[in-house]
Amino acid sequence: MPGLIQSIERAAAVIRLLAAGSGWLRASEIGASLGLAKATTHGILRTLRHVGFVQQDPATGRYQLAAAVLAPGTRPLDRNELRSRVINWADPLAARSGEAVRVGALLDGQVLVVHHVFRPDDTPQQLETGALLPAHATALGKVLLAHDALSARDAGAGPLTAYTRRTVTKGAALRRTLAEVRTQGWAAEVEESVAGQAGVAAPIRTYGGLVVGAIGVSGPTDRICDSAGRPRAALVALVREIARAVSRDLAKVGS
Amino acid sequence: MTERYVVAVDQGTTSTRCIVFDRQGRLVSVVQREHHQSYPRPGRVEHDAAEIWRNVRRLAPQALAEAGITAGQVAALGITNQRETTVLWDRHTGVPVGPAIVWQDTRTAAMVTGLAGEPGAAAVQERCGLPLAGYFSAPRIRWMLDETPGLRERAERGEVLFGTMETWLIWNLTGGLHVTDVTNASRTMLLDVRTLRWSAEACDFFGVPMAMLPEVRPSVGVLGTATTALPGVRIGAALGDQQAALFGQTCFSPGEAKCTYGTGGFLLLNTGTEPVRSGHGLLTTVAYQLAGEPATYALEGSIAVTGSLVQWFRDGLGLIGSAAEIETLARTVDDNGGCYIVPAFAGLFAPHWRSDARGVIAGLTSYVTKGHLARAVLEATGWQTREVVDAMNADSGLALRALNVDGGMTSNNLLMQFIADVLDVPVVRPMVAETVSLGAAYAAGLAVGYWPDLAGLRRNWHRAAQWAPAMDPARRAAEHENWQAAVERTLGWIRTPAVR
Repeated sequence: MPGLIQSIERAAAVIRLLAAGSGWLRASEIGASLGLAKATTHGILRTLRHVGFVQQDPATGRYQLAAAVLAPGTRPLDRNELRSRVINWADPLAARSGEAVRVGALLDGQVLVVHHVFRPDDTPQQLETGALLPAHATALGKVLLAHDALSARDAGAGPLTAYTRRTVTKGAALRRTLAEVRTQGWAAEVEESVAGQAGVAAPIRTYGGLVVGAIGVSGPTDRICDSAGRPRAALVALVREIARAVSRDLAKVGS
Repeated sequence: MTERYVVAVDQGTTSTRCIVFDRQGRLVSVVQREHHQSYPRPGRVEHDAAEIWRNVRRLAPQALAEAGITAGQVAALGITNQRETTVLWDRHTGVPVGPAIVWQDTRTAAMVTGLAGEPGAAAVQERCGLPLAGYFSAPRIRWMLDETPGLRERAERGEVLFGTMETWLIWNLTGGLHVTDVTNASRTMLLDVRTLRWSAEACDFFGVPMAMLPEVRPSVGVLGTATTALPGVRIGAALGDQQAALFGQTCFSPGEAKCTYGTGGFLLLNTGTEPVRSGHGLLTTVAYQLAGEPATYALEGSIAVTGSLVQWFRDGLGLIGSAAEIETLARTVDDNGGCYIVPAFAGLFAPHWRSDARGVIAGLTSYVTKGHLARAVLEATGWQTREVVDAMNADSGLALRALNVDGGMTSNNLLMQFIADVLDVPVVRPMVAETVSLGAAYAAGLAVGYWPDLAGLRRNWHRAAQWAPAMDPARRAAEHENWQAAVERTLGWIRTPAVR
């Protein structure tokens, strides 16, 4: 059995200390209370601030627990914040793929479209930001379910709504698909929500690998897939590359 | 055949960026470097022009390296810049004679108040299409000449040169070419906005020796060839930043407009080849000029407080943790709950121009929550846009058909929808967010034939999102009336106008 991890114990102690009081504490006070070296205290506080567990008063430099963090139902990343962070990556994905781009996050078991970039051909298109998509029948949804155990358990209980004859409707089949998505790092949908339409998506992660959304392209099946009906390798690589770039951006210290 | 590219240098207020674009107008590489902001006294903002030039010299090769290309593959360089920022330097040594005075600097306010009472003030304003204000370059040149012993004599002998940032950079890039473009020149208060030549009358009024002024060139057309930073590359264009954004948004026809939403908002409307004089306090400015063609003009309306109101909501009131969260908070309610915020933090600007106004939160009741306040914050940007658009429509006789938007606030979906709702025209976001640098690249590429014509540039433009107006007309009218009533309540708050 592996041993306990000291840095997590220390971080937990800092959180306990901040949770016990109601005022703002100096880093030196926290370090003194716990008998930690200055560099260690600063490292822990900086990390906790990065993951949003503590906040720092910009004027005094003192710390307190971020109030919303431990309440149930709080999200690691605000959805509108996600849009503002992803917007400069979604545009190049649309430009380079020539397809429409959507960014999604789970909302009560469905996919909320957080951001939508039109297919760059200047045809009339409707902005779908704010719309809900079925999770089990879309590439975005599969990526999100694959990384959210609770929602996946609900969806895996089946039976699931069929949107086309290719929609995965059996819980067991969905569970297998989600396991595959986790292994390969991306998901596809081929005519599972709308006939003639296909899509590819990959996870957007923040610190510690936490999935906070999915980004993907969608369009007519003959453009997304090769002659064998499989998503084109170059397109999959592009979507994954952009998803990784967004994730790197989100995980940056001080972000 | 080796692929060729266009490079843009965007010399902005807080940083300088160098961006490589490909033939489709797509971003290939971006490098950026901030420069020092100096606030020596209240109201004073200065930059070190030498530092800015060092940054450009360092950034240009970096941008090429990141793109994996050589200077030989660069078809042209386009320059865009913070407008009105003023630098003077020694013609022989190339060394600035003092810090550059930045467009935000208000040190010339008292001098301008004095100048307003002098004969010729009205004629100069008519000639240059701008109201007499410390915002433009001429009063800053005058201030430097007045405050630095011996400088006026040196300037009269032609030993000291004036430039806005593009002039300073081109001088350094080319090893001594002293030129400006019509868009930057049109922000000095020294240019005759019709003839596009320096006005002797305006120079005389401000006491600026004509010997120190650069040669005025079209914005689009080869200005010279770089000998440093990007040796051998032709400088194809120079444009002020807001004009560059208009160009990058491909607003080439009269009636097309763009609004850039940052801390403030800048709305420019293409009015065609005739300058339109505003009856509503908008600025008449040159939009761009292609070499050998007549200039295209624009009306400009700036909104002082847009994104900065969201910043105040975040930092001043602490009701949100990040700017984007205002949308989340605003969506906790369905409407503004009868509450309106008019952010007249430093008075009302276009089209009201009331320095005695101060901000109000109107319509407060115990029903109003922070969600309603968040709505009111976003709606303030919508209504202020509407006021500028109404003034532009009245001045130009052109009814706006769509508004092209760019800038950080375009990621706020609720705000973009609200702007479409209150303007009753579609709001369109283009695929490339970097419209300022893209505009400079487009202009430079056009000058050297990298892109064939304006129509070719339009084909590069793609719609990334469009918000269609969806508000019931009766509700729009009622809300507009409420907003106007709230604006009324800001007036006259400052009983003895403070000296600003």
